[in-house]
Amino acid sequence: MWTWFYRLASPPYVYGLAARLAPWFLGSAAVTIGYGLVAGLVFAPPDYQQGDAFRIIYVHAPGAWMSTFIYTTMAIAGAIGLIWRIKMGHAVAAASAPIGASFTLLALVTGSLWGRPMWGTYWAWDPRLTSELILLFLYAGVMSLRSAFEDPARGDRAAALLGIVGLVNVPIIHYSVTWWNSLHQAATVAKLGKPDMPGSMLWPLLSMLLGFTLFYGAVLCMRLQGEVLNRERQAKWVREAIRS
Amino acid sequence: MNVGLWEAFGLIVRRELCLSFRRPDQLSQPLVFFLIVTTLFPLGLNLQLSLLRDMAPGVLWVAALLSSLLSLDSLFKSDADDGTLEQLALSGQGLNVIVVAKTFAHWLVSGAALVVVSPVVGTALGIPVGAFATMMLSLALGTLTLSWLGAIGAGLTVGLKRGNVLLSLIVLPLAMPLLIFGAGATDRAMSGTSAAGALYFLAALCVFTCTLAPFAATAALRITLE
Repeated sequence: MWTWFYRLASPPYVYGLAARLAPWFLGSAAVTIGYGLVAGLVFAPPDYQQGDAFRIIYVHAPGAWMSTFIYTTMAIAGAIGLIWRIKMGHAVAAASAPIGASFTLLALVTGSLWGRPMWGTYWAWDPRLTSELILLFLYAGVMSLRSAFEDPARGDRAAALLGIVGLVNVPIIHYSVTWWNSLHQAATVAKLGKPDMPGSMLWPLLSMLLGFTLFYGAVLCMRLQGEVLNRERQAKWVREAIRS
Repeated sequence: MNVGLWEAFGLIVRRELCLSFRRPDQLSQPLVFFLIVTTLFPLGLNLQLSLLRDMAPGVLWVAALLSSLLSLDSLFKSDADDGTLEQLALSGQGLNVIVVAKTFAHWLVSGAALVVVSPVVGTALGIPVGAFATMMLSLALGTLTLSWLGAIGAGLTVGLKRGNVLLSLIVLPLAMPLLIFGAGATDRAMSGTSAAGALYFLAALCVFTCTLAPFAATAALRITLE
């Protein structure tokens, strides 16, 4: 029953798996993001208050969701590497960090572009915005800690530990709009009960969320291949894989 | 020879304090830095006292965070460089108790000292005497939390040659909530409203880090020492 888990610890298997999965992730991401963009930007009705400006939600909300999702994935992958000494866990964490940082930056930039017409300002020192900014700094800290060590194995473990410590920030980001008075609107989709959105607006958003997650899967598979090759560059199977 | 847990804790704290007081200049440098940074703000901004008073809690807290960071680098560094830390780790006592004792001793000579001098700085920045109790309590809770967060950062960067900047990069994002609630508590006490909410939050953060951060800091040291 556990053989599939053990096989994930073997670099050649992970390399092959990532190579096989990448096109599937990429294709399904193209379909879901394509549907989400067309349905969200063209067919969804304009918001009764915000008009057409609300449509940036189709990039902003999925980007923000990915920023915390990837951080959690990175921390769990790092923990797996730390606890069971599985090197591929560290490889996944190392490959994920720059992707997560990019999505965090995307969420911050689209959020401030959205804030300008709605709140009258690009930036407010508001709990949701500040905690998202802290997340960006945490990504930066994890990435620079990993590269600061001469011994890559040690850098991996140090970065994994910092990632786990930084995980306390994730629930703070999620609940910041509930715990404090915030300019940012409260959750409309990720909550118990019925979402506060009609289906014609909601379905494209959910499709974009799924699409961004699949896109992360695709980019992760591609980066993971490079990461594994770089880490295993002394191994015999790498030479054979490159030659063939 | 068998040494009990508390005895080991006491011995390490005493050793750390003894080492600090043998080098009084190292002890006073972060405090002088704290005073100088708080002096820079009124000089640079050329403010009236009323405006300065509005900014005072933030200025005080930023200066406190920076000067605590300054001394964090030396938390494990000198002991790791000359091999004392490895000897302590091999002594049969858990690494946990060593980390806790060293961090606590570090807080006594950095954080607690900051709390003691803070009324002087507070007066210079125009904080009313009535807010001193809240200011000092919030600083005490905040610097203790920061020492724990800093122990994690110092443990992670102890093996690095130029770990100082990286240490700040790691610790400062985690310390931002402290700044928000610490400055918030002082601000509320100055305006005469109840600061209890922010103080409770600081106390909760302090308990949270006191209980969990020692394990993280020990794990960090294990990774970098090996």
